[in-house]
Amino acid sequence: MSGEEFVPLSLTPLLIGTFAAIACALPGNFLVLRKQALIGDAISHVVLPGIVVAFLLTGTISTWPMMLGAAGAAVVAVVLIEAVRRLGQIEAGAAMGVVFTTMFAAGVLLLEQTDTSTVHLDVEHALYGNLESLIWLDAVGWSSVLDPVALAGLPPELPRIALTLLGVSVFVWLFWRPLKISTFDEGFARTIGVRTGVLGMALVITAAIAAVAAFDAVGSIIVIAMFICPPAAARMMTNRLETQIAWSIIFAILSAVSGYVLAGYGPLWLGAADAVSAAGMIATMSGLILALTALWGPCRTRAGAPGTA
Amino acid sequence: MLSLAAHQGASVAEKITKDCPLAIRGLTVSYGQKPAVFSVDMTVQPGAMTAIIGPNGAGKSTLLKAALGIVSPLSGQVSVFGEPLEKQRARIAYVPQRASVDWDFPTRVIDVVLMGLSRELGLLGRVRARHMSRAMDCLNRVGMRDFADRQIGQLSGGQQQRVFLARALAQDADLYLLDEPFAGVDAATEKAIIAVLKSLKEAGKTVVVVHHDLATVTDYFDHVFLINTRKVAEGTVAEAFIAETLQSAYGGRLATAQIDQISRALG
Repeated sequence: MSGEEFVPLSLTPLLIGTFAAIACALPGNFLVLRKQALIGDAISHVVLPGIVVAFLLTGTISTWPMMLGAAGAAVVAVVLIEAVRRLGQIEAGAAMGVVFTTMFAAGVLLLEQTDTSTVHLDVEHALYGNLESLIWLDAVGWSSVLDPVALAGLPPELPRIALTLLGVSVFVWLFWRPLKISTFDEGFARTIGVRTGVLGMALVITAAIAAVAAFDAVGSIIVIAMFICPPAAARMMTNRLETQIAWSIIFAILSAVSGYVLAGYGPLWLGAADAVSAAGMIATMSGLILALTALWGPCRTRAGAPGTA
Repeated sequence: MLSLAAHQGASVAEKITKDCPLAIRGLTVSYGQKPAVFSVDMTVQPGAMTAIIGPNGAGKSTLLKAALGIVSPLSGQVSVFGEPLEKQRARIAYVPQRASVDWDFPTRVIDVVLMGLSRELGLLGRVRARHMSRAMDCLNRVGMRDFADRQIGQLSGGQQQRVFLARALAQDADLYLLDEPFAGVDAATEKAIIAVLKSLKEAGKTVVVVHHDLATVTDYFDHVFLINTRKVAEGTVAEAFIAETLQSAYGGRLATAQIDQISRALG
């Protein structure tokens, strides 16, 4: 494919998809090890009431109020989950289930009761995103990457998700040691002075921010898949957390790129006329990678499982 | 309740000196309706090896966790070397129950021992050769040097327990708190652990162990603390580890024959 075609039509969706995948996979590593991976699912549901409330307050569907509403709802949900877990003394999974279904239901009711028929707030868009439409029409080829006029026409989702990825990376890099220790042994972490409650909350809020930014650009299917599939597949490849993080990034990139390419060209190669949803294909690829590593990964035997020492 | 606790704490505060490794006053911890630990006072003797003993569910581990700030008490005061816990964290090492963590966690033996150095390393400090050699020394002391590069899930229960002890050694503390270190370990590991604990005592460190095996108390420890939600007895083995206190702590749960046996062993 020539640059004149690739840069305006495929470069930005590829980058956005890849950045979103990595931004979710990075915190996903810790969430999977802490058995909190469902939080991605929870967040992608609870943002609905946040978006509706933001729409009611501002009357527009411009991006910033929507994202603030979504992020606000995610933070409220995280705090509620923690409160239900502690006050009800139940496990985290059950607390998430209670909070996210309730908030999602409230969002549906709110949406129904308000006049949103004139605006575009539909479920399909939320699920699959619109990755294919995030094109860069101002670009004429590779030279545009250095052209300030063309760069001004970049889809705003790209700098937003790039910034989010940077923030998530800095968080994981800065708090690497306490995150690792408290994920492995929370009691010990407390005794050496790690504020495990605050750190756990910060991790979930970081994940929520990544989810909301990715959700806005690529839809919730990718968010849910990327929190779980690349980290879980990476765990089958190694017995070291450092290496697991690296593999999860590789798998996130692999899913995003292969999913995007296969969605655009796969059906044509098979003789079908239309492309399929890139978001759906990216999530499918991540699931496929997980299945392959589960079958053939070098470290897929769990400690303590029958047949091991 | 808080003000009452503060008042009680203040009245005894002057008696707690910098020499006292761990002093607990009026500690009550509850997980639900029933308190797990009720109004407990404990004064750990410096340089001693103390066993916390009591029946299942007596609050032994809870007492230890509250002393370490892992669980929040309803009331009560904890002081470590005469100061609030937060100021003296660097002087405490903790060995949790082996079953409290997921041993499938993707990490190696040496990485777990290095966690004991994390206060020194800080957030972003690099692990240098001297940190590495200290961690290897600690592994050597528990006889696990050859296992440094193993994934922790590949270890036996006894080996896992020794790695936890090595991590505590790496903390280079003055007060060591261990939760059931002998539970479910092989005889060789039990021997190795007790040898290390005795060497700590000889080096002037204070060791407190939640212990469940009454038969070994007199061999391993010089002080005991008996608990059954409330404190039952505290003192040297000769003073406090006697038929009356055991009967009181264990009630009907300890067969009379066992008590007789222990009494005979004590002479």
